[in-house]
Amino acid sequence: MQAVIPKPSPASKILWVAIAIVGAFCLGVVALRRGEPINAIWLVAASISIFVIGYRFYGKFIEHSVLKLDPTRAPPSVLRNDGLDYVPTDKWVVFGHHFAAIAGAGPLVGPVLAAQMGYLPGTIWILFGVVFAGAVQDFMILGLSLRRDGRSLGHMLREELGPVAGVVAMFGVLVLMMIVLAVLALVVVKALTHSPWGTFTVAATIPIALLMGVYLRWFRPGKILEVSIVGLVLLLASIAFGKTVADSTVLAPLFDFDAKALAWLLIAYGFCASVLPVWLLLAPRDYLSTFLKIGTIALLALAIFLAAPTLQMPAVTKFIDGSGPVFQGNLFPFLFITIACGAVSGWHSIIASGTTPKLLANEGQARLVGYGGMLMEAFVAIMALIAAASLHPGVYFAMNSPAAIVGSTVQDAATAISQWGFVVTPDELLQTAKNIGESSILGRAGGAPTLAVGMAQLLHNIIPGGGMMAFWYHYAILFEALFILTTVDAGTRVGRFMIQEIAGLIHKPLQATESWTGNLLATAICVALWGYFLYQGAVDPLGGINTLWPLFGIANQMLAAIALMLCTVVVVKLKRERYVLVPGIPAIWLIVCTLTAGWEKLSGPISFTAAAQKYAQAMQDGKLLAPAKTPAAMQQIVTNNYVDMALTGLFMLLIVAMVGFSLRALIRAWRTNHPTAHEEPYVALSSVAS
Amino acid sequence: MNRSMQALESVWKWAVQTARLCCGVPDYDAYVKHLREHHPERKVPSYKEFFRERQVARYKGTGGRCC
Repeated sequence: MQAVIPKPSPASKILWVAIAIVGAFCLGVVALRRGEPINAIWLVAASISIFVIGYRFYGKFIEHSVLKLDPTRAPPSVLRNDGLDYVPTDKWVVFGHHFAAIAGAGPLVGPVLAAQMGYLPGTIWILFGVVFAGAVQDFMILGLSLRRDGRSLGHMLREELGPVAGVVAMFGVLVLMMIVLAVLALVVVKALTHSPWGTFTVAATIPIALLMGVYLRWFRPGKILEVSIVGLVLLLASIAFGKTVADSTVLAPLFDFDAKALAWLLIAYGFCASVLPVWLLLAPRDYLSTFLKIGTIALLALAIFLAAPTLQMPAVTKFIDGSGPVFQGNLFPFLFITIACGAVSGWHSIIASGTTPKLLANEGQARLVGYGGMLMEAFVAIMALIAAASLHPGVYFAMNSPAAIVGSTVQDAATAISQWGFVVTPDELLQTAKNIGESSILGRAGGAPTLAVGMAQLLHNIIPGGGMMAFWYHYAILFEALFILTTVDAGTRVGRFMIQEIAGLIHKPLQATESWTGNLLATAICVALWGYFLYQGAVDPLGGINTLWPLFGIANQMLAAIALMLCTVVVVKLKRERYVLVPGIPAIWLIVCTLTAGWEKLSGPISFTAAAQKYAQAMQDGKLLAPAKTPAAMQQIVTNNYVDMALTGLFMLLIVAMVGFSLRALIRAWRTNHPTAHEEPYVALSSVAS
Repeated sequence: MNRSMQALESVWKWAVQTARLCCGVPDYDAYVKHLREHHPERKVPSYKEFFRERQVARYKGTGGRCC
């Protein structure tokens, strides 16, 4: 039943050889030219060539040999067509939908943080990671789900690895989600701390969304496009008006908060947003953020192509030795933990086994959506890396280094950073802050502000104009904050349903999602779970991102490892053992990376243990260490580090357990001489298509 | 002229369908067609009713978006 692969024509052979030569040449320039800065276009061209080659050859190999996808086979959308969830849909529509669902803040933040090691390590990991791991995971999970009625990752894990494995993995997903929400909310907190302009525009999205919600509910039901345009115009107006707020002595203090206050505001907001009816706040914000996200990614691409910036960051910095200020730890394994989304992201396996497999009209289109969609996301990650690397390195490190390392004044920061070899003057730092309409750029870790400055400079190069850079900066901040907050709202809601489901096992009435008691209780638990980590980040001595991002990375890559282990087991169960290494090698790589990173976070100089002991020791000696100002705050930092330790340990146990389950299933399948995977039987497309 | 108008129209249709799907609202026409063909006994909802039902349904399931 396998489709026949036509022999390539001589013309196509010549074309692919040409693409390969161009790609190799560009990559050579990126990797080998030392001493003089290179233009970002080399990086873009190298990436596109690698993506195209990966898609055409490796993607096709997986399609025909590993998954053996069959265009004559009826997909779930045809077999179970219900006009709502299961609908055969045009492949480009599915592609757009899938990309919008997988692209988020992740690919924008990770590469920016990883730029501290120079642009080369991050670039190489994104390019090769996506071709051999990330896109393989997305595509294979999509392929498996297509053959199983569009079932979810959890369901497939239960079927193929056993019920206990399924429960363990789903528990991991819940914990991962809480960490994701906390870390993303922290990115917003870092961006808005003492920024009245930014805080005002983000706050303005709430009344704008309420207005849109009411309009969509009562005046023009279902007119999403119309209401989104109204919302967009209001948003742009609020950015413009934000300057007036920031300059006003009366209004500015109303929107000027420190990190702790912002954390509490976000926690309160998250609670309200997920308790209110979806049509009022959540849905309209979701529409706005979805369109803004796609629009801004397109704008970033356009800016990079037109401005063609020079990369000012060196190809490799000395921080590959693990002494970097943005995140601690050596290139291995921490680069591979820091850049998750963009190279390989476990979260995608949930989407690739969610709505997408229920929409594909034909198995032959899975490569475009699964493999191709992930390549697009990797391209977004490359663009974020370019935006960060095209900044003045001194500015980059001033924004991303914690105050505990570079000090809290521009003079101290400029001195410390210049000593690292990235010469920068206090005036340059002040001028950058002034250009973007902020009082300070110090200690703005988390990727969003750095990307915003990078984007603002790129756009300013194309469209010059006084004060426009500040507008673009706040536009970029708003766009990231908007879609992060939408993720937080929606995530809290999903978390609430998951908690209610678990609570229902103990006390049945709590399961009813309509009940206010169950609803409020589960929402409170969910908000408390991520809120704890968010608050912890806000009071963290190293600024929060430094501490929490590795935890997020470990959790996300852990989920990717689980998804790839599932693929490996299924390949063997299908008795296609010769291809076991296709998902097997990335699975092993991620297991090694997460376990090594986890271990280094448990013991050794950069571990949570060491941080806890440092503060505990100081408490015994009766000393106070910054930023703690009271013994109680010291105790808090010790406790937080112990919690992080416990969580790291839990993630490691989880992955070891999943390796155990997978090995058991693998050995069993290897010994069996017939296929044992739980695929649905073959139904010919021609027999059901109407 | 006529052909380019048609092409524009199909691009627009594609964009609208994609944008709606990204917001969790599937194609209404396809749903109505499905109902008429397979469940003629059921009432066909208006676009307003259909939209409201889908809006609530979107935020019930798991996942749906990335980090």
